[in-house]
Amino acid sequence: MGGRDMTAQAPLLRVSNLTKTFGGVTAVSNLDFELPEGKLLGVIGPNGSGKTTLVNLITGFTRPVAGRIEFRGRDVTGWPPHRVVGEGISRTFQMVRPFYQLPAYKNLIVPLYSPRVKKLTGGRYGDRSAVALDLLEEVGFERDAYVSYKKAGALPQGYLKRLELAKAMALRPDLIILDELFSGLSLAEVASIVPIIEKLKHQGKTIIMIEHRLKELFRIADGVLVLNYGRKIAEGLAAEVMKSPAVRDAYLGSEGD
Amino acid sequence: MKKRKERIDRGIKVRAQDIFALTSYREMLYLLVPGAIPVVGLLCFAPMLSNYWREVIISTAIYALLAISWDMLMCAGLLSLGQSLFFGIGSYLAGSLNHYLGLPPILTIPLATIGGGLICTLLLLPVLRLRGIYFAMVTLVLPLMLSRLVEATRILGGTEGLTGLTPFPNQLTAVFLIQIVLLVTLFGFRRIKGSDYGLVITGISDNDRSVMSAGINIQWYKAQVVFLGASVGSFAGAFGTHMDMFAGMPGFALDYSIMPVAAAVVGGVGTFFGPLIGAFILVPLSEALRALGALRIVFYGLFLVIFVVGIPEGIFPYIQRKYQQVERWVDVT
Ligand SMILES: Nc1ncnc2c1ncn2[C@@H]1O[C@H](COP(=O)(O)OP(=O)(O)OP(=O)(O)O)[C@@H](O)[C@H]1O
Ligand SMILES: [Mg+2]
Repeated sequence: MGGRDMTAQAPLLRVSNLTKTFGGVTAVSNLDFELPEGKLLGVIGPNGSGKTTLVNLITGFTRPVAGRIEFRGRDVTGWPPHRVVGEGISRTFQMVRPFYQLPAYKNLIVPLYSPRVKKLTGGRYGDRSAVALDLLEEVGFERDAYVSYKKAGALPQGYLKRLELAKAMALRPDLIILDELFSGLSLAEVASIVPIIEKLKHQGKTIIMIEHRLKELFRIADGVLVLNYGRKIAEGLAAEVMKSPAVRDAYLGSEGD
Repeated sequence: MKKRKERIDRGIKVRAQDIFALTSYREMLYLLVPGAIPVVGLLCFAPMLSNYWREVIISTAIYALLAISWDMLMCAGLLSLGQSLFFGIGSYLAGSLNHYLGLPPILTIPLATIGGGLICTLLLLPVLRLRGIYFAMVTLVLPLMLSRLVEATRILGGTEGLTGLTPFPNQLTAVFLIQIVLLVTLFGFRRIKGSDYGLVITGISDNDRSVMSAGINIQWYKAQVVFLGASVGSFAGAFGTHMDMFAGMPGFALDYSIMPVAAAVVGGVGTFFGPLIGAFILVPLSEALRALGALRIVFYGLFLVIFVVGIPEGIFPYIQRKYQQVERWVDVT
């Protein structure tokens, strides 16, 4: 992805010199990268390498101490989360925390209530519950099964992750950031979510996937960015990146295989 | 062999939630009767009471409004220990409009309701970011500060207050006015909470990050909730002012902050019905115990403890559960 096709159109997302520190810890350090529209970027790195912090910075949940984030050429650095969503960026959380007391489909009412959805549908979204049920079907909740009406607190992890994905999709984003969506899921569950992400890509969505599940990620990613101690240590095609000695040291060394 | 209590929802409520699939008058009655109780109770009994007990009902309704207002703020996770802020602002606003501009209650009360809502929202705007006990502390301190401000600067009548304000034409008018407002607030707030808008509000208290990531400006929504709650509280203040023909520092008194919280906790937080029931138990109880003189507070405190320990979930949720669920003991092996 990198700077190779600078002649092409401006990137959808451009991050430059981004830095975030927590007390003495530098969670993200001088990070630069660009993401063209319609591409899927995988972000990998050992635990604590700053991946979630990067997501929080882009989506406005934390402010950088330095650097710049541009979306569609617009400086969105330091914007509050709701304005970032309004521009068309949505995210999932690594730790899913649904509204446990609500039925699964009611969890989607809140994103469907957002000004962005109102704007995109021109206020004619019809019944939000019906839209919510459609969305749940899209992420693999069986239609007409009881599961969509079950309290979120009673759902197994696989469904909670799908619900989290549906929440992000409900906002009709242009860029969707998935923070370890696959963690805690079985191989079969991952295999059933991959086609949903591929479909999003076909619809022209731009995607950033934070992942520890490299095999599944590399199959769908257009490019990979590797972080270690908040720094970019490699960027490019998956196969190339994994050959880099720095990556092997930092990432695979700590993974132990 | 151990026994376990099993609770089963009665079908009617579940069916009525999303689609209307009620089949008989009995089912309609089942759903409508609980809502009708407060309407009939409030509007029909008041005229039959003696002057003294009407007075008690009015003061109860004032506390009930403050308690329902408290519950509304709680829905958005805003813990208020300063309901007297709303009461005092509404009281002084109506009092000033009446005293200085000579407006009649029919104008001062609506103006103080909206104006009080706006002023309180503006006052709390800077601290809406605070959560839990931090927000609570500010709300607790604000009314105390304002009453000291009135005392020190001697504005608005200083320690004397504004006296000789226009009263209501008669007691029955006052009783009906406050009870109608109470009912409209009760059912209005319940409707708001049950709507999609209500899901956003309760979502903020549940998990604000999730609501923020859904593209919603939570500060703006919290401000709206404060406005709703503060308007209701200011109405109570404005009403009380014309009732007593007086607006003064007692409007910011701690009573108006503490009783609503106690009523909501006893009645059941988050239901609006609960705080109403709580107020209708605690305020008349406090009146009835007046005969005990100094021991009044002791017994009153005792009753509070009994309620809270005996029915920790609150009276209304308890009744609701009994009404909507069948219970039976099953064996656990
Ligand atoms: N709110 C915070 N306060 C203090 N330190 C933080 C905070 N958030 C993150 N950090 C620190 O920043 C560093 C990067 O954390 P981050 O959560 O971004 O890592 P990560 O790559 O997402 O890790 P994981 O793979 O475990 O999810 C860590 O050292 C972490 O302890
Ligand atoms: Mg992380």
